[in-house]
Amino acid sequence: MGTPYFDYHALAPVIVLAAVALLALVVDFVWKDGGRRAVPQIAGIGLLLALIPVFTLAADGETRSMFGGAFVVDNYALAFAGFFLIVGYVAVLMSYDYIDEGDYYRGEYYVLLVTSVLGMVVLASARDLITIFVAIETVTLPTFVLAGWRKHDTRSNEAAIKYFIIGVLSSAVMLYGMSLIFGLSNSTLLSEIGSVASGDNPALFAVAIFLTLAGFAFKVSAVPFHFWAPDTYQGAPLPVTAFLSVASKAAGFVAMLSVVALGFFASPNSWQPVIWILAAASIVVGNLAALRQTDVVRMLAYSSVAQGGFILVPLAVSGDNDAARAGFQGVLVYILIYAAMNMGAFACVIANARRTRSTEIQSFSGLGRSNPAMAVVFTVFLFSLAGIPPFAGWFAKFVMFRAVLDAGTTAAVVLGVLAAVFSVVAFFYYGTVIRRMWFHAPVDLGDTGSPQVPGALVAAMAITTTVVVVIGVYPQLFAKIGDLAFRAT
Amino acid sequence: MPINYFLILSAFLFCAGAYGVLARRNSVLVLMSVELMLNAVNINLIAFSAQAQDVAGQVFALFVITIAAAEVGIGLAIVLLIYRNLRSPDLDRVEQLKG
Repeated sequence: MGTPYFDYHALAPVIVLAAVALLALVVDFVWKDGGRRAVPQIAGIGLLLALIPVFTLAADGETRSMFGGAFVVDNYALAFAGFFLIVGYVAVLMSYDYIDEGDYYRGEYYVLLVTSVLGMVVLASARDLITIFVAIETVTLPTFVLAGWRKHDTRSNEAAIKYFIIGVLSSAVMLYGMSLIFGLSNSTLLSEIGSVASGDNPALFAVAIFLTLAGFAFKVSAVPFHFWAPDTYQGAPLPVTAFLSVASKAAGFVAMLSVVALGFFASPNSWQPVIWILAAASIVVGNLAALRQTDVVRMLAYSSVAQGGFILVPLAVSGDNDAARAGFQGVLVYILIYAAMNMGAFACVIANARRTRSTEIQSFSGLGRSNPAMAVVFTVFLFSLAGIPPFAGWFAKFVMFRAVLDAGTTAAVVLGVLAAVFSVVAFFYYGTVIRRMWFHAPVDLGDTGSPQVPGALVAAMAITTTVVVVIGVYPQLFAKIGDLAFRAT
Repeated sequence: MPINYFLILSAFLFCAGAYGVLARRNSVLVLMSVELMLNAVNINLIAFSAQAQDVAGQVFALFVITIAAAEVGIGLAIVLLIYRNLRSPDLDRVEQLKG
C-alpha cells in the first residue's frame, strides 16, 4: 500500500470547516474583547465559504471516491453537505443576539457549532461503518455541551445530562449492532456488507440491523426512543434547540438512509418491519402528545417527533415492489423541507421569547395586532408544518404519499392511512397557536423584553421563509435535486 | 479458542452495562456502565478481527476507545456542573422538566 489518495477538491468543504473552527478558537483566545464580535462573523462567513467547493463539485458532477471507498463525494453527499452548511449558517444567525445578550457568552459556542456541522458534512459522504460512527459522534459530542450551555441554570443542566446519557447509550447500542455486522460480513464498507446481507446467518444479521437502527432511532427521536427530546428541547438554549431539532435529527436520518440504501437493502425483511413500527409509533404518539402541550417548545418537540415519523414513512415502504426510487427521494426531500420550516418556526419562537420572556403558547396571544409581520411569518411556518399548500410542507407530504402508492402493499397502505389521519390531527395543535395569534386579545405578561426583532434573526427568518414559499410554489426545483441525488446512490 | 466464548462474555458485559445505565441513580456509576457497554463492543470487534485475520476491526476498536474517552470527558464535565448546582450526583434530583 502506498500513500492514500487525497482529492483535495473533494475534501475542500471539510478542510475549510476544520480551519474555520480552529481559527475561531484561536481568535477567541488571543483577542478577548474584539473576539466577541469577530468569532460569530468568522463562523458565519466560514460556513458560507465551505459552500463554494460544494457548488464547484456539484458543477463538476464527477463521483469522487477516496480511502478505499469509505469516503465518497457524489450528488447525494453534496446535496446533504450543502443543506447542512445552510442550516449551520441559519443557526449562527439565530444564535448571534441570543448568545451575545446572555451573561454566558463564550466564543467556544461557535467553535462547537461549526464542529458539529463539520461532522454532518463528513457523514453525508461516509460509506463505511467506522466513518459513519466517527462522523455521528463528531455531530453529537459538541451538541451535548451546547445543550448545557447555561451553566448556572439547573434546567439547562438537566437538558444536557438527559441528552448525554441517551446519546451515549444509543451510540453503544448502535456500535454493538455494527460490531455484529462486521463479524458477519468481515467488512466495514457498506457496499461489501450489502453483498453478504442475505448470507448464511439471517437471524443474527436481523438482530445486528435491529440494534444499529435502534441506535439511529434514538438520534432521530423516533418513538419509543423519543422520551429525552421534549425535556432536552425545553431546557437547552432556544437556538441550540432549533439546531438539535433539525441538524442532529437530519444527521441521524442521513446515516439511516445511507446504511439502509447502501448496506442492508438486499434483505428488506430484516429492516423494513423495524422502520415501519418506528414510523407508525412516532406518528401516533408524537401527534397525540403534542395536542396537550401548553409550552410552544414542547409542542414543537412532539411535533418534530411526529414529523420524524412522516420522514420514516417513505423509508419504511422503500423495499416493496419498485418503491425504492420514490422512497429514498421522499426521505431526502422531506428532510430538506422539514429543516427549513422547523428552523423558521424556532426563529419565530426566539423572537417572541425576546419580547415576552416566555415560551408558553399563551404568550403568542394578539401577536397579529402587535407585530403582524412576525405573525404572518410564523403562520406560514405552521401552515407549512401542517402540510397546507402553497407552502413547502405539502410537497413533502406529497412525495411521502407517492412512495406509499408506488409500494402499494397492504402494510404500506395502512401506514399511509395512518399518516393521512394524523396529518389532520396535527392541524389542531398548529391551529391553536395560529388562533391565539390572530383571534385573541394580547395577554399582559408584564412585558419587559424588547419588541424589536434583531437583524440577524430577521435574516434567519427571511432565508427560511424564502425556501418554504419558493419550494411550495415551484417544487420541480427541489424534485430535481432529489432526483440527481438518488441517481448517485 | 472458539469465538463463542468472547461473544458470550461481551454480551454479558453489554447487558450488565445496559442494566447499570437504566437502573443506577448515581451519575458517575451511569458513566462507568456506559464504558462497560463500549468495552463489550471492543471485545466483539477484536474477536471478530482476530478470527477473520482482518485488521479493520482493530482499527474500529481504536476509534471506539478514543471517542469513548472524549464522551466520558464531556459526561464528567456535565456531572460536575450538576454537582456544583445541586450538591448531589444523584440523577433523581434532576427532574424539573416533565410532561
